[in-house]
Amino acid sequence: MVPTLYYVVLAATLFTMGALGVLIRRNALIVFMSVELMLNSANLALVAFAQARQDVGGQVLVFFVMVVAAAEVAVGLALLVAIFQSRNTTDVDDVSTLRGSRGVRGPKAPENILSFLAALPSKKKGTAKAL
Amino acid sequence: MELVVFVVTALIALVGAGAMLVSRNAVHSALFLLLNFGAIAVLYLLLQAPFLFVTQLIIYAGAIIVLFLFVVMLLGAENDDAETDRIAWQRPVALVMAALLLAEVLYVFIGRVDVAGIAVPAVADFASPEAVATALFTRYLFPFEVTSIILLAAVVGVVVLSRRVSREHEREVAAQMLDLPQLPERR
Repeated sequence: MVPTLYYVVLAATLFTMGALGVLIRRNALIVFMSVELMLNSANLALVAFAQARQDVGGQVLVFFVMVVAAAEVAVGLALLVAIFQSRNTTDVDDVSTLRGSRGVRGPKAPENILSFLAALPSKKKGTAKAL
Repeated sequence: MELVVFVVTALIALVGAGAMLVSRNAVHSALFLLLNFGAIAVLYLLLQAPFLFVTQLIIYAGAIIVLFLFVVMLLGAENDDAETDRIAWQRPVALVMAALLLAEVLYVFIGRVDVAGIAVPAVADFASPEAVATALFTRYLFPFEVTSIILLAAVVGVVVLSRRVSREHEREVAAQMLDLPQLPERR
């Protein structure tokens, strides 16, 4: 019989590694994998406590977490593919358009809203030329 | 005996996670993550959770890893460029914060909380698949129904995302390759 504490320590270590991966890696795919790692470590702790308490509710909760994780991966990877098709990168630092004028690589923010609107390509004439 | 299995499996899980973090090739990362998921599945078996063992293998090791590998190979994003961070101090700060987080969690669970004290005597088969199914379809029936809505929303979201992207991509390719008049706008 392995003490519950060992499982909790293992889960904490795995969670920390996942958080570290989110912080230090820039490939969005690896960031996603790190998120999965964190979800898994939380699941491990839940199952360990369910075993300690002899309560099946913890395992049911893990089942729900798995469902949500599967949905999240499907939507997240679709978003990644969309970003890749429009920007040709999976680097999270390159997707910084929403960051404003001090973005390192992004386009400069307009001075005011009027110049921004004037610079927009008109929609009727089609966006293909702008692309 | 059980402790030996636990230690070996935990080491495999930790090695898998660490190798996933440091490997430069995204395909290798996905495969190391698969190793980690497999090790965690074995730990579920040790924790009297056979249903979750099978679910972990099917959903994580099967579906999610395959999805990851598919996307990695579809995008051709296997190899990372040399990692030069935009923010120079990001990596050391991240390491320090992670160490702090780990120290804090260990302090709380080892020093402050009596984890062993919550244990109750083990019953054989307390979480057999029958027991899990009974709980799932009686006490937790409503959350179970809600998951169907979550899955439906995810499916619809993925279809919408990929449809719009492929349409834009088509138009882009058409504009680049041929001098045809542009494709009609959707809507």
